[in-house]
Amino acid sequence: MEIKIALAGNPNSGKTTLFNDLTGSRQYVGNWPGVTVEKKEGRLKGSEYKDVIIQDLPGIYSLSPYTLEEVVSRTYLVSEKPDAIINIVDGTNIERNLYLTTQLLELGIPMVVALNMMDLVRKNGDKIDVKSLSKEIGCEVVELSALKGEGCDGLIKKAVALAKGNAPAERESVLSGEVKEAVESIEDIIKGSADDRFIKWNAIKAFERDEKAVAALNLSSDKKAKIEEIIEKTEKDLDDDSESIITNERYNYITNITAKSVKKGRAKGELSVSDKIDRIVTNRILGLPIFAAIMFFIYAIAMGGWSVSIGTAATDFTNDVIFGEWVPGFFDTLLSALNVEEGTVLYGLIQDGIVAGVGAVIGFVPQMLVLFFLLSILEDIGYMARVAFVMDRIFRQFGLSGKSFIPCLVATGCGVPGVMASRTIENERDRKMTIMTTTFMPCGAKLPIIGLIAGAVFGGSPLIAASAYFIGIGSIILSGIILKKFKAFAGMPAPFVMELPAYHIPSWVGVLRATWERGWSFIKRAGSVIVVSSVIIWFLSAFGTVNGHFGLVDNLFEDETVITDEYVTQLADKMNIPEEDVNAMDASLLASVGNAASFVFKPLGFGSWKPTVATVTGLVAKEEVVGTFGVLYNYDDGEEEFGEEGEQIWDRVAADYTPIAAFSFMIFNLLCAPCFAAIGAIKREMNNAKWTWAAIGYMTGWAYVLALIVYNIGGLIAGQVSFGFGTVLAFVALGCLLYLLFRKGYVGEESSKNLNAVSANA
Amino acid sequence: MKTLRDVEIGQTAVVKKLHGEGPTRRRIMDMGITKGADVYVRKVAPLGDPIELTVRGYELTVRKADAEFVEVE
Repeated sequence: MEIKIALAGNPNSGKTTLFNDLTGSRQYVGNWPGVTVEKKEGRLKGSEYKDVIIQDLPGIYSLSPYTLEEVVSRTYLVSEKPDAIINIVDGTNIERNLYLTTQLLELGIPMVVALNMMDLVRKNGDKIDVKSLSKEIGCEVVELSALKGEGCDGLIKKAVALAKGNAPAERESVLSGEVKEAVESIEDIIKGSADDRFIKWNAIKAFERDEKAVAALNLSSDKKAKIEEIIEKTEKDLDDDSESIITNERYNYITNITAKSVKKGRAKGELSVSDKIDRIVTNRILGLPIFAAIMFFIYAIAMGGWSVSIGTAATDFTNDVIFGEWVPGFFDTLLSALNVEEGTVLYGLIQDGIVAGVGAVIGFVPQMLVLFFLLSILEDIGYMARVAFVMDRIFRQFGLSGKSFIPCLVATGCGVPGVMASRTIENERDRKMTIMTTTFMPCGAKLPIIGLIAGAVFGGSPLIAASAYFIGIGSIILSGIILKKFKAFAGMPAPFVMELPAYHIPSWVGVLRATWERGWSFIKRAGSVIVVSSVIIWFLSAFGTVNGHFGLVDNLFEDETVITDEYVTQLADKMNIPEEDVNAMDASLLASVGNAASFVFKPLGFGSWKPTVATVTGLVAKEEVVGTFGVLYNYDDGEEEFGEEGEQIWDRVAADYTPIAAFSFMIFNLLCAPCFAAIGAIKREMNNAKWTWAAIGYMTGWAYVLALIVYNIGGLIAGQVSFGFGTVLAFVALGCLLYLLFRKGYVGEESSKNLNAVSANA
Repeated sequence: MKTLRDVEIGQTAVVKKLHGEGPTRRRIMDMGITKGADVYVRKVAPLGDPIELTVRGYELTVRKADAEFVEVE
C-alpha cells in the first residue's frame, strides 16, 4: 500500500535540501492543480521504502486563508489526508517556526518534528533540550542537519512508523483559559459536520472566522449564530479580535515552551556574523552602491560583452560554432551520406527548420545557466531578500515589488532568462505582471534593429538607442500602473512583510541543482514551442508559388523555364519593387501573407509587405528582422558579409521610410510579442494557455497602440504625417490610455480580504 | 497613540495592539509581532522605506505604512 508523507515547514527552513536528501533524483516537479505554485513529489530513496511518497508542500509561515501557498497546503492536508507529516523546523529560529507547528498539530495527523540546522544551533552556542521539547508539544522531535545529511535515516524510520501506526493520542491544547472554553463549546456545536479528527482544527478556524473553513462545514444559520455569539463574548471579555486572540495564545504557548527547553548561547543584543555582514550590505549609505556593484557584476559575467562575460561567450560559441558550424556540418555529412541533396524539402526541413529551431533554443541555455548559477548563489546566501528590501520603495510606486528589478535587469541581456528569473517573486500576481512586462526591455537581439533604424534614418544618433531604453522602462512602469487597476491584478498590494534570512555560505550542491533544474525545465517546456514555430516560419518562407508552380522557391527560381521575363515583371509589379530586385523570397508564401496582412500596419506608417514580413520573422529571433530586411532589400551576398546592423541597405531603407515611420516600426518591434524562445519561457512560467495568450496579446496590443500614437501624433507635430483617419484613431487610443492610467482601479470586497487566493480552491 | 513607525532606530518597543484588518495584519501577527512581543528597530532601507526589525530572534522587514498599524507602548 502506498504511504503519503507530507513535508511542511517555513520558507528558508531547509525544506528543499531535506526533500532532495530524502528522494534523491526520484522526484517529479509540477504545478498544483489550477495554480502556478510549484508542486514537488518524490519517492523515498531506498528499496524498502519504494511505496513511500514524499509530498513537498510550499514553504509557509501559517495556515491562514490568505496566501495561495497557504491555501494550497491546507487544502492538501485536509482533503488528501496524508498518512504523516514531517514538520521541518529551523532550530536557529525556533520560536517563529514552532508557530506553524502548533497549527499542524491540530490537524490530528501523525507528525514528527525535524529540528533542522542543528549544526548551526550548536555553533551558535545555543542548546535545545529535545526531550523536553518533545514532551511539551506532545510529538516526536528528531535532530537533523539536512545540509550535512545527518539524522535523515532516523527521521525517515520515525515518519514511516508513524504513518503506519494509529492516529495520534489526544494532545494538550495550545489554548488556555477562556479561549480554550470558547473553542471547546464551538467543537460541541460543529460535531458531526466534519471528519472527527478535524473537529479541533475546524473549531479554531470557526473561532477565527475563517470563511473558507466555515463554508466547508455547511452549518445551519442557527449554529452559525450560536458560534458568533461565543466569539463576540470572548472578544469583548479579552478586548481583542478573535484572530489576534488565537495568534497571541499560540505565541504565548511557544514562549512558555522555549523558555523551558531552549537556552540561547548569545547574549541579547550581541551581533552574529550575519548581523555584521548585514550592517554593511544594507547600510543606509553603502546599501545602494553595493547593490549596484553586485548587479553590475552579475550583468558583466552573464550578459555583458567583455572578456569576463562567460555567459555571452558561451552563448556566442553555441550559436556561432556549435549550431553555426558543427551541427549543420554534421547533418550535412549525414544527409549527403543518405543521398539527401541540398535543395530538397527534407534537407531544408532538417537544416533550416529543425536544426536552426533547436539551435535557437539551445543557444540561450549556456547564458541562462551562468545567470541562474549566479542568481541561485544570491538566493542561497540570502541576498535576494535584501534586493527586495533595497528596491521596494521604487518598484512599489508602480505596483510591482522590489524583486521585479532582477528580471528587468536580466532582460536587457536576454528576455528568456529574464522571464525565468521572475521565479524568485513569491506573489503570484506580481510574478504574472513581471512576466508580462519584462520583455519590454530592449534585449541583446533587439539592438541590431535599433542599429538599423538609427543608422539608416537618423544618421546613427545615439539618442535613438537611449530612447529605446526609455520606451522599454516607461512601458514597464505604465503597464504596471494600468494592469494593477484590472480586476485580475487588483486588490491590496502584497503585504511586504518579509523575512530577511541570515546570511550563510552557499551550498554548492543546492546551487548547482537549482541551476540545472531551471535550465532543464526551460529546454523541456520551451523547446517544443520554439521548434514547431520555427518549422512553420521555415515552411512559409521556403515554399511558394512561382509562375503557377508550387514548391521550394529557391529551386523554382533557378529553373529557367519557370522564371520568365514576363513573370519577373509581373512579380515586381505585384510586390511594388524594381525588376532587378526580384528574388526567391518575394514569391514565398510568407511574402504573400505579408502582402495580405500589411494593411494592419497602415495606421502605424509601415503598412507595406517588407516590414510586415520582417516583423513576422522577428518572432523566430529578433535579430532576424535585420537579416530579413537584407534579403528583401536584395543585399547581394557576393561582396562582403552582411553587417549585423544592415549597413549595406541603409540608404535603401532610408529612401522607403519617413523618420517617424521608421521610428514607429522600431517601437513596434521592440515591444510586440517577443521571440518564440521568450514566448516559450512565458508559457513555461505562466503554465496556463490563457495567461500566455493574455501576455502576448497585451504586449502586442501595447506595442500597436504606442506605435500608433507616436506615428500619428508625433508625425503631425513634426509635420511628416498629415491629419487623417489615423490621427483620429491615435487620439482615441491616447484618450483610452490616459483613462486606463488615471481611472480609479477595481476595488472589490473580496480582493481587499483575499490576497491572491482567488482560484486556489479549483 | 504611539506606533511602530514612531520608534527610533536602535530602540526596542513592546507591542500593545494590532490595528487594521485583513491579510497584512494577519501576516504581521503570523510572523510573531503579537501583543507583548519585543520589537527592535534595526535599520531603515537606503531609500527610507521599508524598515528592518528584529522580532523573536530573527530579522523581519515591513513597510512604514504597515508599521503604523502596530501600536506600541
